[in-house]
Amino acid sequence: MISFKNVGKSYPDGTQAVRDFSLDMPSGQTTVLVGSSGCGKTTLLRMVNKMITPTSGSVWIDDDDVATLASVPLRRRIGYVMQNSGLLPHRRVIDNIATVPLLNGVPKAQAHSRARDLMDLVGLDPNMAARYPSQLSGGQQQRVGVARGLAADPNILLMDEPFGAVDPLVRADLQAELVRIQRELHKTIVFVTHDISEALALGDQIVILKKGAEIGQAASPQQVVAEPADQFVADFIGVGRRSLNLHLQPSASGYLVVDDSGRPTGRLAPGSLSAAGLPQLAAPDPSGRP
Amino acid sequence: MNLFAQAIAWLTDPANQGGPDGIWTRSLEHVWYTVIAVVLACLVAIPLGYLVGHTGRGRGLVVVSSGAARALPSLGVVTVAGLILGIGLTAPMIALILLAIPSILAGAYAGLEAIDRQTIDAARAVGMSEWQILTRVEMPLGLPLLLGGVRSAVLQVVATATLAAYVGSGGLGRPMFLGLKTQDYAQMLAASLVVVVLALVLEGAFELIERLAQRRFAPVPSTST
Repeated sequence: MISFKNVGKSYPDGTQAVRDFSLDMPSGQTTVLVGSSGCGKTTLLRMVNKMITPTSGSVWIDDDDVATLASVPLRRRIGYVMQNSGLLPHRRVIDNIATVPLLNGVPKAQAHSRARDLMDLVGLDPNMAARYPSQLSGGQQQRVGVARGLAADPNILLMDEPFGAVDPLVRADLQAELVRIQRELHKTIVFVTHDISEALALGDQIVILKKGAEIGQAASPQQVVAEPADQFVADFIGVGRRSLNLHLQPSASGYLVVDDSGRPTGRLAPGSLSAAGLPQLAAPDPSGRP
Repeated sequence: MNLFAQAIAWLTDPANQGGPDGIWTRSLEHVWYTVIAVVLACLVAIPLGYLVGHTGRGRGLVVVSSGAARALPSLGVVTVAGLILGIGLTAPMIALILLAIPSILAGAYAGLEAIDRQTIDAARAVGMSEWQILTRVEMPLGLPLLLGGVRSAVLQVVATATLAAYVGSGGLGRPMFLGLKTQDYAQMLAASLVVVVLALVLEGAFELIERLAQRRFAPVPSTST
């Protein structure tokens, strides 16, 4: 478990990136920190592996205050995935993935075989092993980044807007892959994003942050949507998803789900009403009249 | 063009080629001076440039002092150092090293500075020590710019090493100054031609080295995204 205890971060010029942040992030679960730019979410994430040191309070991993741990070994046992991959441009994909095991002194052959397994896990073609990062698409680079983060089999995975710079289709793919991988591996994931849909898609715990990393609400995705803690949270979710108030609208091929202004957001899966124990509605009238 | 023909004739005359005073020996001396000066300059400038490039501190100081060093007239340095240290190789060496340092220093720190900050940040975040960041990320990625700096230092030094003869040492300056004193302009021109050829050969060699380094450390031109 990762615990933040009254953590604060202020800079010499007086700005307070984080005021007073306390939270537990349970092991084996995905905690998503979500908020607008400048809310301090990345600052919080980088405190876990000591890339940033808090100016007050403490961050704990299980029974260790990270302030008492040496940075380099700490970082090697925590996976880190960032936006724009951060891969080493002069090393091949396979060497990039094997970076941390090689630093830890794992023999090259063994590190490479582990890297190949990870390429398979994150859905990368094995032919890409010998390529250089600049020869890959943005989505492929992010997959390499995820594989590198997992290479030393860390318990904790820090992900800083890892899918922020790829196009929406690829992003949805990568999110689905992450959900699948997490179902298999049960890492403690801290995931930072400004995209509430991404947060709801990935998080076991959603933490909505206001300015200064003040917690707007920290709860399950269901709870955040069903019972937003305050107007800020309601607005934040609403802005991200256009509106939370969804309606059913009959169409030729079943029910469409539309938002307050009548824009479609999806369609009702066949049989979902009866599955939820609700009475079946009359067959939709193709003319559009309810 | 008569002088030019005479210079070629001087060069092809076997009497001027062999022996301790021949053009081959003088050329070797010249290259030797160049190599020593550049190697010594590298020993000073590369660690300093890496220190500045890695920490990002002292950049202003380095820019100002290498600007000042560039402004030093080499002939003046040779004269002053020669007056203090006497005849020999030390005085011209000091001048040549001072001449070589600024380019190499600039190449070393600019090479490190040009690296994407995100790459370095990521290297640190996955658990590389500062030394590992320097040796495994910054040095290979900064190599092309460093080689560029060494290359221009070599070219400046090879051209200026003729000054060694000014205070009694060898090199291609020897036949040049001799020609000046005896009004043998063909000999002067012949020696300068050899300096030019040397410079071109070294330039070619560096072109080759830079390409090899490029292939080894930056195999694919990074596509702008």
